[in-house]
Amino acid sequence: MDPKGGTNVSDSFFSELVAWFAENWSGSSGIPARILEHLEMSFVAVAVAAVVALPLGLAIGHTRRAEFLVVSTVNLGRAIPSFGLLFLFVILFGLGLDLPSWLRPPILFALILLAIPPILTNTYVGVQGADQDTLEAARGMGLTGGQILRGLEIPLGAPLIVAGLRIAAVQVIATASLAAVVAGGGLGRFIVDGFATGNDPQIFGGALLVAGLALATELALGFVERRVTPRTRTRERKHRRREQLPVDYRVA
Amino acid sequence: MTERPAIDWGWIGENLDLIGERLGEHVWLTVLAVVIGLAIAFPVAVQAYRHPRLYGPVTGVAGVIYTIPSLALFALLLPFTGLSTLTAEIGLVGYTLLILIRNIVTGLRGVPEDARDAARGMGYSDRQLLWKVDVPLALPAVMAGLRIATVSTIGLVTVTALIGKGGVGFLFLAGFRNLYPRATAIVLGLVLSMGLAIAADGLLLGAQRVLMPWTRRAART
Repeated sequence: MDPKGGTNVSDSFFSELVAWFAENWSGSSGIPARILEHLEMSFVAVAVAAVVALPLGLAIGHTRRAEFLVVSTVNLGRAIPSFGLLFLFVILFGLGLDLPSWLRPPILFALILLAIPPILTNTYVGVQGADQDTLEAARGMGLTGGQILRGLEIPLGAPLIVAGLRIAAVQVIATASLAAVVAGGGLGRFIVDGFATGNDPQIFGGALLVAGLALATELALGFVERRVTPRTRTRERKHRRREQLPVDYRVA
Repeated sequence: MTERPAIDWGWIGENLDLIGERLGEHVWLTVLAVVIGLAIAFPVAVQAYRHPRLYGPVTGVAGVIYTIPSLALFALLLPFTGLSTLTAEIGLVGYTLLILIRNIVTGLRGVPEDARDAARGMGYSDRQLLWKVDVPLALPAVMAGLRIATVSTIGLVTVTALIGKGGVGFLFLAGFRNLYPRATAIVLGLVLSMGLAIAADGLLLGAQRVLMPWTRRAART
């Protein structure tokens, strides 16, 4: 970079960055430990959110009742800043410093709430998007509601259901990096502590790790999503149900 | 800790100037991001619509930016652009792109081929076709994207508090660090941020209904 540009990027920055990565490979605050912490709290949050939102989404999509719940969850979910939610829960529940990092109430609750709307909405959209003629035929053949849900609506909605989980997971991993601001663990620690001590290589290295983890999650779950998407031959394509884009659009 | 009233109305009353200033910063950061985002997304989306092969790569790049967590993106920009409005805006604009490009292309693809044929038959040039047929008919989808981008950006602005901006998100950090009465500042920040998001969404919806009365039905979905 231009040395007169007034930036912090010096020739030695790159070697400092490499040195930082080399020096932080072990210990309870090393890179692998922080990645594990980050994944731990993200996984717990998405799992709890899925336990709540998947059955709810299936029920609403199957019965087409209480659809307003889905719409208001999405709208409210977009309007609430997750960054602020973290602090609200700190007032309500404290920092929970005596608990393991994945169980600290403000972080866990904020992440769970963040993960519910994408899972709920996409499960609902996936299930209710099942082709009406197919459902009619199934009913005519005497299939029960439960059989239709398990045999038709869930398999047909699977790509969107997985998309909901993917979107939730990526958002949770992104927001989990903010947990460090309220004394949480995870990869955000590198960035937040780097801010506090003016350690530029650590800030940059931590940011690379957070970005890498989010992109890796997106790719991995995107792969699963394609695996559960049935491939259709060109001839059948016109009979295929209208392709639905997953509902997302929220950044953390 | 609990001796203070839960919400310190007196503090709010004494600090209306400061609160107004943060609110103004919030609106400014949001408007700047959405306007610049639209200025970039629109031409890109028109090209991606005209050349369908571009759509994959374009949304791929926008999708990668979109996936990078905001804290990481701001931190990655820091060595280059420092604690500045520029750093905040690069991130905020970047996040609007995927939303806007997808919605604009979806809108343009939804324009009935009959309408375009009729316009071509009447001798419209490509440019006239774009501005007089494609864009008006795609507007409901574009407006839907604009509303989502605006609401998302308002939430995201709060995170820029970590790089010295933040709009009303500044109240979260200042409250957390006990510079201001904690609960009051944090709850006020949340209420203002959500209020701003709801107001902006309503304003855009209202503008759409006034400017494009024919979209009234589409706007409700």
